[in-house]
Formats: sequence, structure tokens, C-alpha cells
Amino acid sequence: MSTTHTNRHAAASGASPDNPIYRRRVWVNRFNLAMSIGTMAFGMVFLLWILAVLFSKGFAAVGTAMFTQMTPPPGSDGGLANAIVGSLIIVGAAIFIATPIGILAGIYLAEVGRESKIAKVTRFINDILLSAPSIVIGLFVYTVIVANVKHYSAWAGAVALAIIAVPVIVRQTENMLQLVPNSLREAAVALGAPQWRVVLMVTLRAVKGGVVTGVLLALARIAGETAPLLFTALNNQFWSTDLNAPMANLPVVIFQFAMSPYEEWQRLAWGGALLITLAVLLLNIIARTLFRQTKH
Amino acid sequence: MSFQVSLGDTQVAAAARTKIGIRNLNFFYGSFQGLRDITLDIPEKQVTAFIGPSGCGKSTLLRTLNRMYSLYPGQRAEGEINLNGVNVLSAKQDLNALRGQVGMVFQKPTPFPMSIYDNIAFGVKLYEKLGKGDLDDRVEWALKKAALWNEAKDKLHQSGLSLSGGQQQRLCIARGIAVKPEVLLLDEPTSALDPISTARIEELVSELRSDYTIVIVTHNMQQAARVSQHTAYMYLGELIEFTPTAQIFVKPRDKRTEDYITGRFG
Repeated sequence: MSTTHTNRHAAASGASPDNPIYRRRVWVNRFNLAMSIGTMAFGMVFLLWILAVLFSKGFAAVGTAMFTQMTPPPGSDGGLANAIVGSLIIVGAAIFIATPIGILAGIYLAEVGRESKIAKVTRFINDILLSAPSIVIGLFVYTVIVANVKHYSAWAGAVALAIIAVPVIVRQTENMLQLVPNSLREAAVALGAPQWRVVLMVTLRAVKGGVVTGVLLALARIAGETAPLLFTALNNQFWSTDLNAPMANLPVVIFQFAMSPYEEWQRLAWGGALLITLAVLLLNIIARTLFRQTKH
Repeated sequence: MSFQVSLGDTQVAAAARTKIGIRNLNFFYGSFQGLRDITLDIPEKQVTAFIGPSGCGKSTLLRTLNRMYSLYPGQRAEGEINLNGVNVLSAKQDLNALRGQVGMVFQKPTPFPMSIYDNIAFGVKLYEKLGKGDLDDRVEWALKKAALWNEAKDKLHQSGLSLSGGQQQRLCIARGIAVKPEVLLLDEPTSALDPISTARIEELVSELRSDYTIVIVTHNMQQAARVSQHTAYMYLGELIEFTPTAQIFVKPRDKRTEDYITGRFG
């Protein structure tokens, strides 16, 4: 410990416990830290509560029957096999439609349109679409497709989900491409590469992990959507893989079964909810791991 | 190497054939004028250095030579830049073809996110349809030219990003020459590198001089003195002096050049 006058002076006016300004700051710091931990805990409590209820009630329904048997008529036991497969088909078709549209639009915004008027308008509309209530999109597809072909279909459901997925993929693709340093773009251009090659071979490649992450997040987003499917894919009590007909799917089955007075149905609804939650959780974990790897 | 330029000769480039003739070049970033009335002859198969303080326009001038600025709306050049007698500023100029003739290496190493081999093959495939064997040969040739072959030959299929900074920069040079351009533009190629890597790049520049016309931007005056035969001193968007390198550091003609090279400012 130094005892020179100047050093003692410096200590007293600096980080000394006697300094009132310093003391005040310590308390402000403690208060803010406590508040932020408190609010975080508040959020976590509900998340964990939801998960705890889901697991305790959902596990009762989980079993081989859930994956092998069809959705039962009221008052009897069964499974969710048709709904699980239906969900996979509808969500798969939706992502199949949404991925190329979303990635191409993202490329346009980040690499071609940039600050042009049309790009700015597109970006604005995309942001609106990103936060559009999903029931509105369901009604839209109902009006445009279901009302016109005069029957519900899995295709209509897939289109509705695709409309929800596209803006997520657009945003993520654009954000990722904007992270690519301009120097890399210039380096490819300096070799005389045409723009499509620059994008395909260099910039998109540099952020492919991030773009795949965007697709997975979009997948997670639409996996649990119920409202858009209510008016489009509807539901089907039987096994069907015909995309032109109504198709069973987990969200609508959960909705229907959970609202019913039958205990067997309610139990299956819990099981389905747990299944979707686990799938979404898994997708998120995969997406985040992928993303971390590409960030170097 | 023809280097018998009489001291004090204003047409210093007269000794060698002119590769790039710049005439009354003005350059604008929107309304800001970045270059003012530049007239300069860059001699063939020699090294020409652009020096000057930050913001003097040396990089801007370099980026007009392969029309890199055309990427950005709002940037425009007026005047003439004649490459082999053809004005590359004309609207008819095919930019990709120009960039095939005039290669560029940047300040920070910019390997593409692909293997070392593919980094080099990427540019080659833009211009030539080579069989596997010929492409292998070209990759090897370029890596040897860039003095990277010995370090890279056992990991050609590893990511270009796995190399060190100096190696990455040599990879970028290899990538540039693999396309077989006539001119190579180097924009402060060693400013992000350590002294040993810098020395290697400088040796490389001296070797490449026999095959390529090289233009190098540097803020390191010793580097200009070491590698170049001609030096252009720029200040505030103007070309102050363009003379043989041997002369500019010993007997600068302009007071402003003298102030800069003696370290009075900059």
C-alpha cells in the first residue's frame, strides 16, 4: 500500500467507499441489477410453469398409441398419428414454398435493391407481414383459395403457413447478407464475377449457416400456428395424405380436443401440445447451434 | 528493366511503354470531388506507387482503374483512362471484362468462404473452361507465383480462412494472378500484416513486375521506395508530383512532396 500524499488523495476521490458519489453509484448499480434479475425471474417463472404443466399432463398421453393410432371418436381412446403426419406434411409443404421465395427476396433486398425505393417499400411491407395476426392470414387464404375452389385443403393450409414463414426468412436472409463485409463482395467483383455468381458463390455462402437458421426459425414459428389452419386445412378424423383434401394437424386437433368435454380427448390434446413444444424447442436448439458455428 | 529516365524529365514514363494513360480525370463522390484533373501515364511492367496522406485520393484513383466505384451509385468519374489505348470509362466498357484484365488485391485479406483450391479456381472458371488436370496446374502455378505453394500444397482442400493473415493475402494475390490479368492493383496490401509477411509480399511484388503492370497504394513511404520504380505523390485529390522513385525521395521537385516525405506532416 503506497502512502504518498498524492496516492492517498487519488484514492479518496476515486473508488473509495467514503466517496459519496461512488457510494451512490454502488447502490444504483445494486438496485438496477436486482430489478433486472427480478424481471428475468418473472419471465422465467411463467415459462417454467408452462413447461412443468405441459410435461406433467402431456406425459400421461405419450405412448406408442399416440404415434400409431388415429384420432379417436368422442369418448374413446386413440392416438395422434394422422395429426402428426398431417402436420409434418403441411409444415413441410409450407417451408418448401416459403424458403425459395424468402431467400430470393432477402437476396434482392440486401444485394440488389439495397436503398432503392422499391426495396424500402418491400422492407416496410415485410415488417408488417412479420407482425400480421395469423388469423388474418388464415382468413385471407380462406377467401382467396378455399372459397374459390369450394373445399378445404391441406394445400390451402400450407399456403397460409408459407405466408407467415416468408417474412421471417426474408428478414433473416437480408440481415445475414448485410453482415458480409463489403470487402468480400468487392473482392469477388474485382475478379470480374457477374453479380449472380458473387451472391451465390461468395456472399450467400459466407452466411449459409445464418440463412439455414432463418429457415429453421420460420419452421419453429409455423409449427404451432393454429388460426391459419382452422380456415384452410381444417381437420380430418381419418388418415389422409391427400393435399387436396382436409388434413388432420396437431394444432387444430389440440384446439378441438382441448375444448371438448371428453377426458380422452383432453389428454391427447396435452400430449399433442407437449409434442409440438418439444419439436419447436429442438428446432430452436439446432438453429442456435448452427448459427453459433457460422459466426466463427 | 528499362530505367534510364533522366532526372527532372517531366515525362518520366516515356522510358517504358504506357500501359494506362490517365487524362484529366475528375472523380466525384456525389457532390464531393475526390480527384482533380489527374493526368498520369502508368508504365508497362513496372511498379508504380501512389503515396500521400490519408484522404488524398490515392485509393480513389486506384479504384477508378478497374471501375470498382461503379458498384456504388452516386460515384462517377470524368475524363479518360486509356488501357491499351481504349477508354475504360466509356459507358460501353464491359466491366467484368475490364476486371479480368485489371486484377485487384485489397487492404484486408479477403479469402472467399471456400477451399484454397476453389478460391483460385473461382476466378479462373469465369474466363476459361479447363479440364481437371489443367485447372490443377493453374492453381499450382498461381500458388507458386504467389510464393504460397509450399505452405498450401498439403491443404489445398482446406478452407482459405484457415490460413494466417499473410498467407491469406498471398492467396488473394494468387487468386488475382490466376486469372492472368495484365495489370494488378494493390490497395495497401500489407497494412494489415506483420513485418515478415510484409517483406514476403514486397519480394513477391518485385518478382511479379516482370510479367505484370503493378500499381500499389501505400501509406508507407519506405515500402514505395523499396518496391516501386515510379512514385506519384497525391495531396487533397491532386497529383502533386510523379517521378521515378529514385528521384522523389532524394530530390523532390515540389515543396509539398518534400514536406510529406521528410515527415513534416501526413
